[in-house]
Amino acid sequence: MNKPLRRIAIFCGLLMLALLLRDNWLQYAQADSLAKDSDNRRVRIERYSIPRGDIIVDGKAITGSKSTDGEFQYKRTWKNGPMWAPVTGYSSQAFDSNQLEKLEDGILTGNDDRLFFRNTLDMITGEERQGGNVVTTLSTAAQKAAWNGLKGKKGAAVALDPATGKILALVSAPSYDPSTFAGSTDDDAKAWNSLQKKNNEDDPMLNRALRQTYPPGSTFKVVTAAAALEEGLIDDIDASTDSPDPFPLPQSSSKLTNDHGVCENVSLREAMRISCNTVFGKISDELGNKTMIEHSDKFGFNEEVFTPVRADASIYPEDVPPQNAMAGIGQASNRATPLQMAMVAAAVANDGKLMKPYMVDQLRSANLDVIEETEPEELSQAVSPETAQKLQDMMETVVETGTGTTAKIPGVTVGGKTGTAQHGENNEKNPYAWFISYAKDSDGKSVAVAVVVEDGSAVRENISGGGLAAPIAKDIMKAALGK
Amino acid sequence: MSSSTHQTSTIGAVGAPSRRNTELALLVFAVVIPVFAYINVGLAIDGSIPAGLATYGLSLGAMAALGHLAVRKLAPYADPLLLPLATLLNGLGLVAIWRLDQSERLQARPNFVEAAPNQLLYSGLGIVLFAVVMFLLKDHRVLQRYTYISMLVALVLLLLPLVPGLGVNLFGAKIWIRVAGFTIQPAEFAKIVIAVFFAGYLMVKRDALALASRRFLGLYLPRGRDLGPILVVWAVSILILVFETDLGTSLLFFGMFVIMLYVATERTSWIVFGLLMSAAGAVTVATFESHVQQRVQAWLDPMREWELSRQGVVGHTEQSQEALWAFGSGGTLGSGWGQGHSDLIGFAANSDFILATFAEEIGLTGVMAILLLYVLIVQRGIRTALAARDPFGKLLAVGLSGAFALQVFVVAGGVMGLIPLTGMTLPFVAAGGSAVIANWALIGVLLRISDTARRPAPAPAPNPDAEMTQVVRP
Repeated sequence: MNKPLRRIAIFCGLLMLALLLRDNWLQYAQADSLAKDSDNRRVRIERYSIPRGDIIVDGKAITGSKSTDGEFQYKRTWKNGPMWAPVTGYSSQAFDSNQLEKLEDGILTGNDDRLFFRNTLDMITGEERQGGNVVTTLSTAAQKAAWNGLKGKKGAAVALDPATGKILALVSAPSYDPSTFAGSTDDDAKAWNSLQKKNNEDDPMLNRALRQTYPPGSTFKVVTAAAALEEGLIDDIDASTDSPDPFPLPQSSSKLTNDHGVCENVSLREAMRISCNTVFGKISDELGNKTMIEHSDKFGFNEEVFTPVRADASIYPEDVPPQNAMAGIGQASNRATPLQMAMVAAAVANDGKLMKPYMVDQLRSANLDVIEETEPEELSQAVSPETAQKLQDMMETVVETGTGTTAKIPGVTVGGKTGTAQHGENNEKNPYAWFISYAKDSDGKSVAVAVVVEDGSAVRENISGGGLAAPIAKDIMKAALGK
Repeated sequence: MSSSTHQTSTIGAVGAPSRRNTELALLVFAVVIPVFAYINVGLAIDGSIPAGLATYGLSLGAMAALGHLAVRKLAPYADPLLLPLATLLNGLGLVAIWRLDQSERLQARPNFVEAAPNQLLYSGLGIVLFAVVMFLLKDHRVLQRYTYISMLVALVLLLLPLVPGLGVNLFGAKIWIRVAGFTIQPAEFAKIVIAVFFAGYLMVKRDALALASRRFLGLYLPRGRDLGPILVVWAVSILILVFETDLGTSLLFFGMFVIMLYVATERTSWIVFGLLMSAAGAVTVATFESHVQQRVQAWLDPMREWELSRQGVVGHTEQSQEALWAFGSGGTLGSGWGQGHSDLIGFAANSDFILATFAEEIGLTGVMAILLLYVLIVQRGIRTALAARDPFGKLLAVGLSGAFALQVFVVAGGVMGLIPLTGMTLPFVAAGGSAVIANWALIGVLLRISDTARRPAPAPAPNPDAEMTQVVRP
């Protein structure tokens, strides 16, 4: 009986070997992915086991931590949460996190691999692990101006430093206070539920500045003009264009008209100044869909932007000629995020060079060592410097004497473009008021802004980019330039 | 050429060392290691040496001492490793159970009761039973006389949970009975009794089963009527599976029988038969038993199971995925005693899933060490079977060791997601009175067999022929 006994011994050995192998698979090969699985509650327990590092604006923390009862030791707090939520995102014991709070979680919790050396030192010296800080590019003054301007309205505003791509302001309204659901109590759950889109038609947790695409309306005419100048369709912005009024849309019986002013055969500058639909519709039609897409892409259309928080791609799609002609005035299937239109203004202001927008300047360890610093990065040469010069010229005319005079700032060069984008079936909903602009002061400081205000409370006739959005843009620019 | 007479004498360890002092030395480690683990938990959770340390340390020490004295007195030649191994596992199990008792998360659950004090009590009872087995069972061959009584007893024990009014359905499995306020899991005891029956039965029938067979396709096929017993055992395990919804016990009994049958007959065909029958049984049952299907689903996709349970769908459990996370979070070295979150498993964290607590807190290294302790127990058991001089002893020892190995494989494999979860307890470690008591009895029986096997044979009578046939030396 000893032969089968030995075989049984081997068999039992194999069973145990299988267990040992499986254990190695789980606890060695798979250990990392299991331990960091976002559903693994330990991740959150660990995240809130020490005070979280802070998000810094202008040298001051806009976040904090306070201790709580229960399995999580700390919870996140925000100073002026609703204003900063579009930048920071939330970080909740019960509902995970998003935006910077999520993307830079490793730094904020002090678990990032780049903090390994320091953590090891801390372990040896017996110190507690500490979270690092995220230093943003934002400007408190600009953010406040944008927030106050959009108070009580629905919309978004973005301000960029054209020379570097630094995001100076990023506001979405209505907003939410992430502090209300940062914990894991019933009250937190209630607050969270009341903010969800299905329970709140204002959808306050939607980041309109980055994640909502709007029809860009007349602000898109800047891109159309850029394409016309780049392609050589128009050289002299003051020469008369051969443009009928109304402009018969191609392959269609419809005619494109203008809301106001005299637009027949006007110059490009004049068309920009009083926002002629017919002139830009014709340009877009003559350049064709492919060329329009090409130039839109140079301004960043059709691609997501990572700031590092992801911004939806703005779109300029392939389309039939009549739709393409309408897209030239921002009134067809092309859509843009507020960030995208701020990028358009920034590229123009920066002599055609489009910088990649970013909101994280530095990542720092708890003892203020810089772990990572974002270098400004060129995204593309959107237009030639000559074209940029002409575009600036025209946009400055718009603010001087055109539809955007409400954005004028004494002593500062301001260029802008208004937009009133219609939407809804048969355009029956209240249109969106747009304003994109840039400002340069004598010290060479500059800022580019895009503001969109959804229907708001104004009567339909009164909605215009110049009336609703431009004053907000003006306040943001003033704040950003320190005027 | 030089040879001496004593080399030609009977094989047998004349004057073999009893190894009792080795056992004692190992027992010291088996007590000290868990005591350190216990202190560790206290320091990690409360920052102080736990108040129950003296009770715990002294109890474990007393258990070890009682066990050792019983062996020294009653089975002096028994295997020196089994007692320390079982003591160490029992001690570590107590630490893990006590550690989970300290968890606020588990304390917040409804029906929470501290499990460690009871487990300590049952461990003590177990070691007493161990000593009683040693004392009453002077020779394991006595058990042969009770072959058919054992069968009856085993069947009764297995079927008890089905008796109305006695059996209780706890957590979806009907494997408990309630007597005078205690819940007992009779299958744990049936495991030993049925091994006795199999050993006795197979010892008698082995020749018939082995020799009367036809050769077909290179396999020896048993005669139809010899198939009877294996069919009966198979049917009983299927019944257990269907009516008690106890996959583990069912698998354990059938597996044990196949192992013993193979050892008794030395015919590989029985293994093939056994595998085919268990596969057929499992597939058949799985087609109409939703309980089994659900276990398989949970095994294939524990994450989906976790999500369904989160959404509040009845009949699903978060435990499997939580256990996997505990393993992964433990990593190579573990979080350290008292610093893990294996209590997230919730229900059964200290019984079926206790391995996850070890995995998270002492890591891959710790779990491998624990698995190796089981390997040693099993291999010492089989070593005992090899050394045993009588077929009954061989069969009984291999049956018990094989069942032990299967049980460890089924539980640990289930918790680690290697095989579907079956709901059994890890021997000596998991919380559960019946299991720990029965396993101590099992070790007692193994030690008795090994004592008989290793005991020096009576000195051979001087053989006069040896002298007479002595070759003339050069």
